[in-house]
Amino acid sequence: MSNREVMEYDVVIVGGGPSGLSTAIKLKQLKSDLNVCLLEKASEIGAHILSGNVFETRALDELLPNWKELNSPIKTKVSKEKFLFLGKKNSLSWPTWLLPKVQHNKNNYIISLANLCRWLAEQAESLGVEIFPGFPASEILYNDDGSVKGIATQDMGLDKEGNKKDSFESGMELHAKVTVLAEGCRGHLGKQLIKKFELDKGKNPQQYGIGFKEIWEINEKNHEEGLVMHTAGWPLDSKTYGGSFLYHAENKQIFLGYVIGLDYQNPHLSPFDEFQRFKTHPAIKKIIEGGKRISYGARALIEGGLQSLPKMFMPGALLVGCDAGTLNMPKIKGSHTAMKSGMIAAETIFEHLEQQKDLSVYEEKFNKSWVYKELHAARNVKPSFSWGLILGILFTGIDQILFRGKLPFTLKHKHADHETLKLAKDMPKIEYPKPDNVITFDKTSSVYLTGTNHTDNQPVHLKLKNPDLPISFTLDKFDEPAQRYCPVGVYEVQTENNVKKFVINSQNCIHCKTCDIKEPSQNINWVTPEGGGGPKYGNM
Amino acid sequence: MKILVAVKRVIDYNVQIRVKEDGTGVVTDNVKMSTNPPDDNAVEEAVKIKESGKAKEIVAVTVGEDKAQETVRKALAVGADRGIHVKVEGIIEPLAVSKVLQKIVDKEKPDLVFMGKQAIDDDCNQTGQMLAALLNWPQATFASKIEVKDKSLEVTREVDEGLETIEVNIPAIVTCDLRLNEPRYASLPNIMKAKKKPIEQINASDLGVDTKKRIEQIKVEEPPKRKAGIKVANVEELVQKLKNEAKVI
Repeated sequence: MSNREVMEYDVVIVGGGPSGLSTAIKLKQLKSDLNVCLLEKASEIGAHILSGNVFETRALDELLPNWKELNSPIKTKVSKEKFLFLGKKNSLSWPTWLLPKVQHNKNNYIISLANLCRWLAEQAESLGVEIFPGFPASEILYNDDGSVKGIATQDMGLDKEGNKKDSFESGMELHAKVTVLAEGCRGHLGKQLIKKFELDKGKNPQQYGIGFKEIWEINEKNHEEGLVMHTAGWPLDSKTYGGSFLYHAENKQIFLGYVIGLDYQNPHLSPFDEFQRFKTHPAIKKIIEGGKRISYGARALIEGGLQSLPKMFMPGALLVGCDAGTLNMPKIKGSHTAMKSGMIAAETIFEHLEQQKDLSVYEEKFNKSWVYKELHAARNVKPSFSWGLILGILFTGIDQILFRGKLPFTLKHKHADHETLKLAKDMPKIEYPKPDNVITFDKTSSVYLTGTNHTDNQPVHLKLKNPDLPISFTLDKFDEPAQRYCPVGVYEVQTENNVKKFVINSQNCIHCKTCDIKEPSQNINWVTPEGGGGPKYGNM
Repeated sequence: MKILVAVKRVIDYNVQIRVKEDGTGVVTDNVKMSTNPPDDNAVEEAVKIKESGKAKEIVAVTVGEDKAQETVRKALAVGADRGIHVKVEGIIEPLAVSKVLQKIVDKEKPDLVFMGKQAIDDDCNQTGQMLAALLNWPQATFASKIEVKDKSLEVTREVDEGLETIEVNIPAIVTCDLRLNEPRYASLPNIMKAKKKPIEQINASDLGVDTKKRIEQIKVEEPPKRKAGIKVANVEELVQKLKNEAKVI
C-alpha cells in the first residue's frame, strides 16, 4: 500500500456535514492561507444528510453573522408550536408553556439540513476550502510516534472478491498537521480512534437513536407554514424511548419523522413499522391524507449527551459534532452544537499551528463554551426515561422546569444499546398492519425514494466479524433483529432447501449505521463502500 | 487526431424523477445531477484512443446553463485536455444543440466527434444524427466497439437484430452505447489538476445559432401506476384468465 499517492495539507476534514463545514469555514476565516481539504463520501454535499430540522441559529450567527444577506436556505421561521401525547385513538395537547424552556422554538427556523450544508459548502469553497465529494476516507494513517498522520481514501474499482477491475483507481493518502473527524453519528473512523486512544474511558456507554424522515406534499388546507409539532406516546410502549416530529416547511411540504431510542428491549420491535404505524393515528392521518410522500430516509443519531461524550482530542486529530456526540437530546437539536464544536476545533487548530499550543486546548475551550453549558443542563433527561415514559416526564419536568438542569447529580446511562435486547422468546411478538401504499409503505418502495445505489460487483461494505453468527446464534436468541432494525431491509433471513441463510443486500444501504450500533454481538462492522454510493437525498 | 466529445448534464440516474405539480416539467431543484451516462462512455473511449497514441487532443464540450460546466470538469478529470462551455439558459432542443456543435466543429476542426447515443432525460437520440447531417459527415450510432484504422473507423453497432459492424471514413460522428467500455473513476489528484485546465466560455447567441424552441411541450405527467399483479394457482387458470379476462389469446 506504500505506493499510493500522497498529498500534504495543513488540515484534512472528514465529512461534509454542519460540523466539518463549520470547521473549514472558521479555519479559513482565522487564516486564509491554510491548506484545508474536506472529504465527503456522498456523491455531493448534502446527499447523505438527514435531519428534522428545526434550526437554532446561534452558532451560525457567530460563524457568518451576515448569513441573511448571503442567500441562505434558512427561511421558514417557526410560527407556532404544538405538543401532543398520543393514545391509541385519542390525543392530548400539552400546553407549550408547560414544556421545558429548551423545547421552545421561538426564533428558530424550519430548514433542510442538506440544503444548509450545500450552502455552507459554497461559503467554504469561496474561502478556498478544497471540497471533494465522492471520496470516502476509509483508513486512518499514523505516524511512527502513534499520532494521527492523516487518512487514506477508498480504493475504487474492486470487485466482490477484492480483485482489481479495469477501472481500478487506487486510494490516496492525505497527510495533515491536524485531521478532523466530522463523520456524524457512529463515524467509522471516529469509532476506531475512540477505541485506539481510549477516548471513552471513564464515560458512560454512548446512546443512540434511529431517526426516520419523510417529506410529504400535503393539501393546502392542512398546511400551516412554520408550525412545529412533536408527539410522544403511541405507538411505542412506555418503556421505549421515542417520539415524532412534524414540521410544516415551505411549498406545502411537511417534514414528518420519528425517532426511537436504540436501547429498546424487544427484539420483535421494528422501528420502521412503528413509524409507519404512527402515521395512521387520527391526529396525524388527517394532516397527510390526500398528500403525497416524496422522500424517505433514516439515520442513526446520538442521544448520550455529556455523560457519554468522549474526549474529543488525541495526538494529531480532533473529533467534532456527532462523531463525538454533541447533540442536545431534550432540545432535539444537534446542528448548532455540531457547528459550534467545529468552530472551537478550528480555533484550537489555529492556535496549535500558530502558537504551538497542545490540541488539548480543545477540551478547555469546549468546556467554557455555551455548548457545554447546554449539554450539562440537558444531561439528566435521557437517562431518566429509562424509568419509563411517565416517570421520565415527571422527572424531566422537575429537572428542566424547576431546576433548569441544575440538579446536583448526574444520572448514568447503564447499558450500551447492543446490550439491551431481551431474548425473543421472552418478549411479545408485534403484529404490524400491512402497508396501504397511501399513508403507510413497505421498505422496498421506501428505499426506492432514497435514490440509493452502490456500484455492483464491489466488496460488501457490511462486514460480519463471524459470518455464521447470524444463523447459529442471533436468529435463535433474538430472531435476528437486523431484519427489523435496518430501515431499508438490507438484512434478510432466507430459507433455501430447508437451510437458513443470512443475506446482506448491501446495495440498498443508506449509511444510517444502525446495524453497527444495535447488533447484539457487535458482529456487523460498517465500512465505507466505493465513493459516491449510498443515498442521494435531495432536501433532507 | 483530435476528438471532440459532447457531454450533457442530466438528473442522476439513481434519482427518482418527480413531476412538477403544474405539469410543466420535472423537479430539478436540489436534485443530484450528473453527466449523461453514455456520454461518460464517449469520454472514456476518447481517452483510451488518446492513451493508445492514436489521438493527440481531446476537447470536451457542453451546451447548457452555468452548472453544466461540472460535466466538462468531470471529463477533464478523466483525461480530456480542455473544455468548451456554450452557455444557454433553459431547455435547449437537439436541433439547436446540433447547430451549436456544428459551429464548434467548424472552429475546432476535430477528426472525430463522440457523444452518448442519447440523453437519459429526454431520450431524444437525435443530436448525433442531426450533427452528421449538418456537417455531411458519416455517422456510426450505438457504438459498442470502436477500432481506429488509418483513415477510418471500424464500429460495431448495437442494433435490434444483434451486432452490426460498419466502417466509416474519418471525419465521423460516433454515438456511444453503454456497452462500449467501463468509464474510469476520476482520481483525487486528477480532479485537482482538472480544476486548473482551461474551459472556454462561449455564448450560444455569439455563435449565431438560433436556440429558440421549436417544439411545444403540452404536458408532463407521471406514467399511470401499475396495478398490482395476482397470483394464479396453475397453468389452466392462467390460460383461462388470458383468454377470458385479458382477452389476449
